[in-house]
Amino acid sequence: MDTTLLFVQFLNGLQLGVLLFLLAAGLSLTFGIMDLVNLAHGSFYMVGAFLCATLTYWTGSYIWALLLAVPLTALVGLLTELLVIRELYTRDHLEQVLATFGLILCFDALVQMIWGSEGIAVPLPAWLDGRVALIGSIEVPTFRLLIIGAGLAIAAGLYGLVNHTRLGMLIRAGASNRTMVAAHGINIRLLFSAVFALGAALAGLAGMLIAPITEASIGMGNQIIITAFVVIVVGGVGSMKGAFVSALLIGLIDTLGRSYLDTIFKLFMSTKAAETAAPALSAMLIYILMAVVLALRPQGLFPAKVR
Amino acid sequence: MLRPASAHKTAALGLTPRLGARGWLSVGLLALIGGGGVVAHFAGAPFYVDLATRLVCLAIAATSLNLILGYGGLLSFGHAVFIGIGAYAVGIPSYHATYGDWQAIASYNGFFHLALAMGLSGLFALVTGAISLRTRGVHFIMITMAFAQMMFFFFVSLEAYGGDDGLTIDVRSELGPLSLDDPLQMFLLAFGVLLATLWLVDRLVHSRFGLVLQGAKDNDERMRMIGFNTYVFRLVAYVIAGALCGLAGALLGNFTAFVSPDMLDWTRSGELMFMVILGGAGTLLGPILGATIFVVLEELLSGLTIYWHLPFGALLILSVLFARGGLMAFVGRLGGND
Amino acid sequence: MTESLLKTVDLSKSFGGIEATRNINLEVRPLETHAIIGPNGAGKTTLVSQLSGTLLPDRGAIYFAGQEITRLSPHRRAALGLARSFQITSLLMSMTVLDNVALAIQAHDGHSFRFFARARTEPGLRRRAQEVLARFDLAQRAHAKVATLSHGERRQVEIAVAVATGARLLLLDEPMAGMGREESRRIVALLEGLKASKTMLLIEHDMDVVFALADRISVLVDGALIATGTPEEIRANGTVRRAYLGEM
Repeated sequence: MDTTLLFVQFLNGLQLGVLLFLLAAGLSLTFGIMDLVNLAHGSFYMVGAFLCATLTYWTGSYIWALLLAVPLTALVGLLTELLVIRELYTRDHLEQVLATFGLILCFDALVQMIWGSEGIAVPLPAWLDGRVALIGSIEVPTFRLLIIGAGLAIAAGLYGLVNHTRLGMLIRAGASNRTMVAAHGINIRLLFSAVFALGAALAGLAGMLIAPITEASIGMGNQIIITAFVVIVVGGVGSMKGAFVSALLIGLIDTLGRSYLDTIFKLFMSTKAAETAAPALSAMLIYILMAVVLALRPQGLFPAKVR
Repeated sequence: MLRPASAHKTAALGLTPRLGARGWLSVGLLALIGGGGVVAHFAGAPFYVDLATRLVCLAIAATSLNLILGYGGLLSFGHAVFIGIGAYAVGIPSYHATYGDWQAIASYNGFFHLALAMGLSGLFALVTGAISLRTRGVHFIMITMAFAQMMFFFFVSLEAYGGDDGLTIDVRSELGPLSLDDPLQMFLLAFGVLLATLWLVDRLVHSRFGLVLQGAKDNDERMRMIGFNTYVFRLVAYVIAGALCGLAGALLGNFTAFVSPDMLDWTRSGELMFMVILGGAGTLLGPILGATIFVVLEELLSGLTIYWHLPFGALLILSVLFARGGLMAFVGRLGGND
Repeated sequence: MTESLLKTVDLSKSFGGIEATRNINLEVRPLETHAIIGPNGAGKTTLVSQLSGTLLPDRGAIYFAGQEITRLSPHRRAALGLARSFQITSLLMSMTVLDNVALAIQAHDGHSFRFFARARTEPGLRRRAQEVLARFDLAQRAHAKVATLSHGERRQVEIAVAVATGARLLLLDEPMAGMGREESRRIVALLEGLKASKTMLLIEHDMDVVFALADRISVLVDGALIATGTPEEIRANGTVRRAYLGEM
């Protein structure tokens, strides 16, 4: 087997895992703390990508665009929270699902009105667009390393935020006991708004990071959000650690499965059969993993301790 | 003691001579759809026959979702997967009957198609339901979504059947003397299946089985404490709903003569849910009303603007925020019955 | 000695290091009314939950009618004849009183996979449900939705449902919780009427009620049973007086 290719695919898997974590972290926070199912979380991923695309053309710099688009996406999240989401905290899951499904339709249509129905490519600065030699002769795309690095740094930052800051303390307390937090006179509404905007910003960032590779397109969030749900279900709803481990796991399994399943299948079946079966199975791989995890541990790998 | 009880119940169902507002609306709606399709055909308006047929197919799917969502309280967000399985159960055998290979399933026989559609959908419901019904609430929503997405990607990966682009059904199901190439016969078949489905669901929800299902929706712990294994009842309901929706898919595939992964995209599941909730979950004819509103709105709005998803989405949000209990409840309040 | 209907052996359950029930050896004889008393937080509800199957014990065993049921699911226990009423009313709120009771009878009857016949017009089920309701003074309310009943009426339905399952043992978790004097008295009268035909395990705070109804009493303090005996024995028991009754 080609070790260079394997290494590159491993990095690709890691990159997908990191993006999934950015999405799943926001979902997990809003679910853990506000008991909110937000289908429209993927819309912030899309909005982030489009904002980043426009700002890259305006400012001429991808990095400036990134720095501006993150707070802007947070703002979009905040407005969404104020206008619609806030009304949903006290509603049942069914109503949350329907209303946020409506939000998706609105976001998709609005983005189409503003940016048109074609996708927008995001150019990278030259220093990010090349390859860099990593170990010996193995060269990997610089930008993918940046994505992985940024993702891991944010994961570490979130860990610090949740475990070592006042906001984090409130988040943890809020997740385990809503009334307790309210009783201590903490402004629950403000906390919820802040957490929702944070989640939106993280999802937006994931969209901004992927945009130079895939381009920004309508409905781009609607596929990956389901994968993020799988991450949450496998990791355990409401658990940050679970979301992190399972995001990386699923990123790797999905990527490596798509690249190597046909090679493995060819070991014990005809080439023709392998070329039919492998794509079908690799497309289903992470869902089968989810089914197996659920069959063995319905609460996921790392169930949140308090709920 | 018994007489007034049963009279009260059948009146609430809305199908006795003493119809309430909801009952009149229901009968009127069915007559309108059935009559409308036929009249449109003879008035030379094939567009409206097509519209009515699509509406009826979606109404069957929504009715099957209502069985588990409305009466069983199961927030399934992957119901369109059964439409897709049902449609491919028509498309794939028909494809092989035309182009060879896979002789075991190659067939134009409509009864075989329908049996395959219901059988495979039921089987898929059994396997995925057995796993997903172990969980509740938000888990269940996400898992049903994920399993549906799994089949979406499965059909995308099947290059032999067009993958992403879908598969054109060159030859429709052959159902005895019926010719599904004739729009009127296609419509009447679908309408007949809708009536049969409504009858079946009505019987189901008022049977011993149906009362257990509704009891488990109301208070699962209580039902287990008096001795019901509610998991099994839910699973059986899930399989029945899946098979019925597979039937709707087989009809839809025949109607459009085309099947693609898009039919089971999760946004399609969202639309089915919208129909059930908007019309009134847990009422027999609510989903029909919901499907009608959906199809009509889609037609009107998409004629007005290419951004029709915007008012549609806004309507969905507003209906959740301000119209609880669905339109059936609203009409019921207007007409004064519960 | 008569063989016990319900028996626990060294039943223990802890939550994060706190032992909510500790080595409980309880025996309920057929047709006796056995009360469990104890101060708040003594572990009464934890014990009932383990008996009914909503909580699994860490150690120990539970036997019902000679059969081990320690790890059996709640619905299997119910099928064997063990019915629980809840401290906080837990009924099918959107359904009628008659539906609630008829479903309990149906559960016991065992034919629930019938898909076509209309269950609400089945004379067998309904008549038997009406009979149960008549016994519990609820005949007038048969067609009322549970959600519209008063608190006291709901408590009555709660017991009626437990009885309607045909259970041999009723686990009654504070049946008088939150009731006024008058309503309490009605429930006591109801339970007195059941004494002859049902074995009952009664969790109750009200000492007057316990001493009026119980044949035997077990005292639970800090998760452990400190005494079991007839009402007279319990009254006379020094340990119990110090640990519990003295507080009153």
